[in-house]
Amino acid sequence: MQIKRESLLQGAILGSPICRRFLLILGVSTVIASLCNLLFPPESFFHVSTFSITLMGKYLCYALLALSVDVIWGYCGILSLGHGAFFSLGGYAMGMYLMRQIGERGVYGHPTLPDFMVFLDWDALPWYWMGMDNFGFAMLMALVVPGILAFVFGWLAFRSRVTGVYLSIITQALTYALMLAFFRNEMGFGGNNGMTDFKDILGFDLQSDTTRVVLFATTAFMLGLAYICSHYIMSSRFGKLIVCVRDAETRTRFMGYKTERFKVWLFVYSALLAAIAGALFVPQVGIINPGEFHPLNSIEVVVWVAVGGRGTLYGAIIGAILVNFAKTRFTAIMPEGWLFGLGALFVVVTVFFPEGIAGYMKKIRAKFKKKSDVDDNQNSTDNKLKLAQERT
Amino acid sequence: MNNLDKVRGTMRRDKVWPFLMPKQRKVDISHDIILYIEGLTVAFDGFKALNDLNLYIKQGELRCLIGANGAGKTTLMDVITGKTRCDSGSAYFGQNINLLEESEPDIVNLGIGRKFQKPTVFESHTVYDNLALSLKDNKSVWYSLTAKISAEQQDRIDSVLDTVSLTKERFMLAGALSHGQKQWLEIGMLLASQPRLLLIDEPVAGMTADETERTAELLQELAGEHTVIVVEHDMEFVRSIARTVTVLHQGSVLAEGSMHDIQNNPDVIEVYLGDEA
Amino acid sequence: MKPFIVNTIILILGCWLSSALAEGTAPTMPSSTSSTSTNVQTAENIAPLLTALTKAKLSKSAKILVQLEQTGGTAMLPLFEQMLNGKLYYQRADAQIIYQVKDSNDTKQYFDIFSKAPLGALDSSLVKKIRVNSKLRTHLKNTIARIQLNHGNDEERLHAVIKLTEKLTQASIDELSAALKTEVNGKVREAIEKAIALYQLQTSEDTPSKLIAIAALSGSLDSKVRNALLKLVEKNSEGKYIEKDRKVRVAVQAELKRIDGRIKIFGFIEKMFFGLSAGSVLLLAAIGLAITFGVMGVFNMAHGEMIMIGAYTTYGVQLLMPNFMEYSLFVAIPAAFLVAGIVGMIIEATVIRHLHGRPLETLLATFGISLILQQAVRSFISATNRPVVTPEWMSGSLEINPIFSLTYNRIYILIFSLIVFFLLLTILKKTALGLHVRAVSQNRAMAKSLGIRTAWVDSMTFALGSGIAGVAGVALSQITNVGPNMGQDYIIGSFMVVVFGGVGNLFGTLVGAFSLGIANKFLEPATGAVLANILVLVFIILFIQRRPKGLFPQKGRAAD
Repeated sequence: MQIKRESLLQGAILGSPICRRFLLILGVSTVIASLCNLLFPPESFFHVSTFSITLMGKYLCYALLALSVDVIWGYCGILSLGHGAFFSLGGYAMGMYLMRQIGERGVYGHPTLPDFMVFLDWDALPWYWMGMDNFGFAMLMALVVPGILAFVFGWLAFRSRVTGVYLSIITQALTYALMLAFFRNEMGFGGNNGMTDFKDILGFDLQSDTTRVVLFATTAFMLGLAYICSHYIMSSRFGKLIVCVRDAETRTRFMGYKTERFKVWLFVYSALLAAIAGALFVPQVGIINPGEFHPLNSIEVVVWVAVGGRGTLYGAIIGAILVNFAKTRFTAIMPEGWLFGLGALFVVVTVFFPEGIAGYMKKIRAKFKKKSDVDDNQNSTDNKLKLAQERT
Repeated sequence: MNNLDKVRGTMRRDKVWPFLMPKQRKVDISHDIILYIEGLTVAFDGFKALNDLNLYIKQGELRCLIGANGAGKTTLMDVITGKTRCDSGSAYFGQNINLLEESEPDIVNLGIGRKFQKPTVFESHTVYDNLALSLKDNKSVWYSLTAKISAEQQDRIDSVLDTVSLTKERFMLAGALSHGQKQWLEIGMLLASQPRLLLIDEPVAGMTADETERTAELLQELAGEHTVIVVEHDMEFVRSIARTVTVLHQGSVLAEGSMHDIQNNPDVIEVYLGDEA
Repeated sequence: MKPFIVNTIILILGCWLSSALAEGTAPTMPSSTSSTSTNVQTAENIAPLLTALTKAKLSKSAKILVQLEQTGGTAMLPLFEQMLNGKLYYQRADAQIIYQVKDSNDTKQYFDIFSKAPLGALDSSLVKKIRVNSKLRTHLKNTIARIQLNHGNDEERLHAVIKLTEKLTQASIDELSAALKTEVNGKVREAIEKAIALYQLQTSEDTPSKLIAIAALSGSLDSKVRNALLKLVEKNSEGKYIEKDRKVRVAVQAELKRIDGRIKIFGFIEKMFFGLSAGSVLLLAAIGLAITFGVMGVFNMAHGEMIMIGAYTTYGVQLLMPNFMEYSLFVAIPAAFLVAGIVGMIIEATVIRHLHGRPLETLLATFGISLILQQAVRSFISATNRPVVTPEWMSGSLEINPIFSLTYNRIYILIFSLIVFFLLLTILKKTALGLHVRAVSQNRAMAKSLGIRTAWVDSMTFALGSGIAGVAGVALSQITNVGPNMGQDYIIGSFMVVVFGGVGNLFGTLVGAFSLGIANKFLEPATGAVLANILVLVFIILFIQRRPKGLFPQKGRAAD
């Protein structure tokens, strides 16, 4: 028995076959794509264009965002319609750093002030822009600010036991309020236009192929890391309790667990993942504006997770990549049709495929297994019992 | 203000955050009484579910609560476990712990376990996990991230599995159990948490005669070391286990005493047993 | 507007010299007693004057205009008005005076100035503009006002007085005092007296007449009065009062205090009204949602799109009956109710029913529906805003005094929202459907076992909620733009109202809507519209933390 528990908890990190398979695919495809971009000349058949690399990097950022939503929606049943807020805050922190790196190369050539501040006739940096020219500090802020917001919000919401639809709409209101706020010029984040025209990151030119590939590889690495962390958390006792909270919160409380604390920390963890995704997203797409806070963006993430299959981690990643790939294709061919498609996706997935792709694959696999196992299946319960007895 | 102090408290460097520290408060039962309920009143929209209720439970006692529907039995349990806030009155666990100030999880961790009327087990976890999560243990967030089952706890789980005869089903998902098995698992989860005081709401609903008998045995076994309060409608079952019976009527205590006394109490006969007799 | 201004500037520059010379020959005001001549006389005397007008230099025009007024009287009004607008032309061939109107295709059409007979689109080489400069324009304004003052009906006379009051001169005061002698209409008299008092206040030197003027002006909220009073208590550059007499200053101060007090009160009432108006919009948008959310526990994210459908139905109805705009809204209300209701019923039957007991999935699915509906409108109707006509009886405003007026459309919508609310309340309280709906909302399982067809109740509830959203759309089409995204602006607001008031409690929704509307409008001046919105959102978020069940929660054991 002891052995079994151990293996379930610790060995799970790399022990689970799905997890290993996923990491392998992610790693190999990242390395191949990167090498194909750097080693082969543009006219070669094997060349992967920098545009594609950036596009893939963007997808991986979305995948990380989807992962963060899956962690709380799939496992804890908290449907957040406002994760775009954490994503954008992370993005804004990165944007502020990149903005400070422009320095005198801006249109107005001011040594410290970003263009939009010069345009607004400001004569000094606002206090919250201080230190953002330091990469380490900026990245710290990219995590701390969304983290604190998530903590305060979660603490308020979960402590008063706000759940279900209420919570979903409040999260939506949260990102909506932030959107309105960031649209204001006086906030000092570039207002309507946001921040763009970035030049370089840590001294490397953002337009160069190598920087792009490195950013892409970093995103893949962070995604892999986030996946491992999430997988570990979800297979620990903490993760099991989170599932308990999802299924019967009151009962969990009567087992002596302060469920609101579990929820708050999970919410913070999830917000941090979203913020990392946002911070990685901005240098790759080269712009951040208040549009990212739009509630529609946040809800879209939910549908990626739903399509991939929630509560499976890898499903969220598959869903995010697939839906965004479809979006890129669709909007190029018939831009009008995409919103119809997205709308239909919401309806179809929720009504007909609540388990998503991952759930569907599981079912198919189960069917195959049944067929192949049919011979030695007769006494599977006996086998299990034997196994159990051996261990005790 | 209270909240502000709490926030300040979390910032003190000389103290560990409370959720990092397992709460270990000793229940003072020097007067041999484990539960004091005094003047408890709960009203829903003017309807008094509990009306100036007084109740004292001795350490190690097995107490049966009976009463017609709406007499306030479940509400009483709700108040003791912190699920419902009362309008006035007091509820003390031992001499020193005011239950009305504690949150639900804290009450559980103090050693008051409850089995609900409707069995609720975690259907997407295995029977084993259901028990493992109920164990008496550090229940903080950070601990749960690295928590492992110790050998001692392993033995505990095994013995509980044996008691509720679910050893065979230990790796089955709880959702796949039959209704009766879920009842047993729920009792098992209660046992795994090793409470001092057990509140058991209609334990034999949906059980076969055989199982009912086993439950009666189990409860009698538990009494002594633990204190047990049972709410039950099945009078046959109550007769089989009862040492002291309390009759609730319209939110307050109508009579208290041995089963024999109760059966001969004219008030009780009139309002409750009268129907049966 | 632009070309007009440019024209004016060129004219002014071009004629600066001549107008400077014309200073000396400024027209003397004709006495107001000059009565209208008979038509026979007019025709004979006017023709040469008109010809003269076409030939006159700018400097001489004023004189001719005076003569025209004396001989032509009221008949000359259109000529003066068109000249003032810079639309007066004459045909080069026969010096016939005409005016120009641009039709919808932007081609210039010409009409005879007196008979209004259409002359068609004349070539620009055939016509010549009769020029005006700013001096002439002032003169024309006064002339028009004078003619109206003496010959117009009550309304025209009042208008003329107000026009004259804008720029008071001794001449116009003489004019007004003369008119006062024969004036019988009380309102016009009052306006004239006020104008005279105002002039007195501005010009007279002695204290008693100033005090009399102040007393006469007492209680007026006209901004001109306030400005004139303010001038009297101003200090000059040396820090001394321009007005020497302390008595006058004290009287002025007291009067100013009264005026400011009243302005404050009316400002408050106005804000209150705007708040109520915003609240009525919220109420209309939210009650449909309150019903579906309260009864079915379903949060319909496509609720905003039901509002949009209602607004587009209004647009459609107006397209179908272009000649009956005045009545279009009365047709649109039931039409929008039916269209939105049927769409709602279809949504309920095809999607929501299959997601029973999964509120979060319902949220997502209805969001998908809202995307589809928006895109459908964008693709099949238009991505741009559609024009919805406001009927005559809804436009304009109810002017209570110079600083306080209420627009009719907002008043009607406020009343309308209350009617809809109480109608709905009656439906829920008095009808069988209402009884069933209430039963299901309180205890679905019990209602079902009592034989209530919950599926049917759900369907009807959803149709009712959607239908009311459609009706809200009709009202909203009168005050906001009708476009594919219009519904989105209301969804979060409506939810806030429902939650704030307490789910399943219609009165809560009423109170919630109006208090949020008023709070928003009172915050706005202090913080700006965007920040006010944010503050209200934050407040609601905090409020839900404190009272998750709203202001008026459903009580009792069933509520848990």
